[in-house]
Amino acid sequence: MRAPPAIHLEGVGLDFGAAPLFRNLDLCIGAGTMTVLLGASGVGKTSLLRMLGGLVAPDYGRVVAGDGLPLAGRVAWMGQQDLLLPWATAMDNVMLGARLRGDRLDRDRAGRLLDCVGLSSHAAALPATLSGGMRQRVALARVLYEDRPVVLMDEPFSALDSVTRARMQDLAGRMLAGRTVVLITHDPLEACRLADHMLLMAGHPARLDGIAVPAGAVPRAVDDAGVLAAQSVLLRMMMQ
Amino acid sequence: MTGKATARSMRLLVTLAGLVALWGALARWGHVPPYMLPGPDAVARALWTQRAQLAPAALTTLEETVLGLVLGIGAGGALAIGMAVCAPLRRWVMPMVLLSQAVPVFALAPLLVLWFGFGMASKVVMAVLVIFFPVTSALGDGLRQTEPGWMDLARTMGATRWRVLVHVRLPAALPSFASGVRMATAIAPIGAVVGEWVGASSGLGFLMQTANTRFQTDLMFAALAVLAVMTVLLWWGVDRLLARALYWLPRHADVD
Repeated sequence: MRAPPAIHLEGVGLDFGAAPLFRNLDLCIGAGTMTVLLGASGVGKTSLLRMLGGLVAPDYGRVVAGDGLPLAGRVAWMGQQDLLLPWATAMDNVMLGARLRGDRLDRDRAGRLLDCVGLSSHAAALPATLSGGMRQRVALARVLYEDRPVVLMDEPFSALDSVTRARMQDLAGRMLAGRTVVLITHDPLEACRLADHMLLMAGHPARLDGIAVPAGAVPRAVDDAGVLAAQSVLLRMMMQ
Repeated sequence: MTGKATARSMRLLVTLAGLVALWGALARWGHVPPYMLPGPDAVARALWTQRAQLAPAALTTLEETVLGLVLGIGAGGALAIGMAVCAPLRRWVMPMVLLSQAVPVFALAPLLVLWFGFGMASKVVMAVLVIFFPVTSALGDGLRQTEPGWMDLARTMGATRWRVLVHVRLPAALPSFASGVRMATAIAPIGAVVGEWVGASSGLGFLMQTANTRFQTDLMFAALAVLAVMTVLLWWGVDRLLARALYWLPRHADVD
């Protein structure tokens, strides 16, 4: 993996139909950090993330990498659903990127990554035979196989039960350390456990406000006093 | 599951037996002359005594149907893929495909026989014309409805267009394509038989036509029965093949 870049938003604006979703956003996403993006549904978080991933072009301003090189080809994407191909085995799903680019398939590496997410015995399983948590772990292994310095995640664990979700947070926090990660979530606990930086997106057109994060390295423990305190503050803030 | 399958076959058998009994009763006691409605026994006799005539006729129709299916599915599938990857092709050709459905194929039958002769070719073309549209529109629909999340994922992965088509969009469209193929399998024999009806020297449609003009109604019914059994068997075989190709789909058909 090449060195993870910072990402700069410079006066970025995006319209949704005729209405501005956001305007004049300036933001610096630190290289190699985990940035968590919070906000109400429909405020434009997913659009912002899609913009960072090059899936939609900004109507105003620009998105640039800190090292001045293009972001395209340096981003891995993890969506709300696991987006596994139902006809392909777990192993083939992990190697999907290589197959779609026409690269050589590295089965050894895919096997090692499945092992890392605890699914080495399910390499030949079809997604339909796996639980929601297992499917999301295959999706994480697929992200890791891409080995991109920037990882964008849109509520990746929202469909999981709380125990599975807590385990996935530990796993993702460990495996994605050192990359430039932007994660959207609705879950204050998830935000407090995983964030190096936390941003709340609110208003029409939307603004971004920084929020203090608890001390300690990511992923923070679920029962960490600082995490629990910050979680309640955050929840109260989000309820307003 | 086998228990359920047995129960299903039992139900089918009971229904069929009931229908045949009703038919037999109507033929025997319904004051219907046998040249209008022969009884099941007469049809069964015709099936056996005329087997030397029925078997080659069925073979001809089966050949036309299968050839029509292969060509129609191939051409319809290719056109759907072409229209999915090439927007100008879609804009130019789709109205023509729709227009071709506005002309009743049965009205074209005499023309097709005139152009392609009394032999097999005109019937194959007929079958192709009948199944072309369901196949093209089914696969076209499937290709248009690729999960947008997969397309996003593929874009961030730096995928090429063709590889996305081959590895994501086509497999994702297969269930929709399969329902088009099932439908095509059920209606392709109709195309072949209508072609035979208009002008042929062999086949079940030809046999029915000649039997009809000679008031051999029992033979006509026998040919109809052979056609029905053939179509059902063909459909069943295609359905099994498709189920195997779509191993990853949950099998709703076995639920009941």
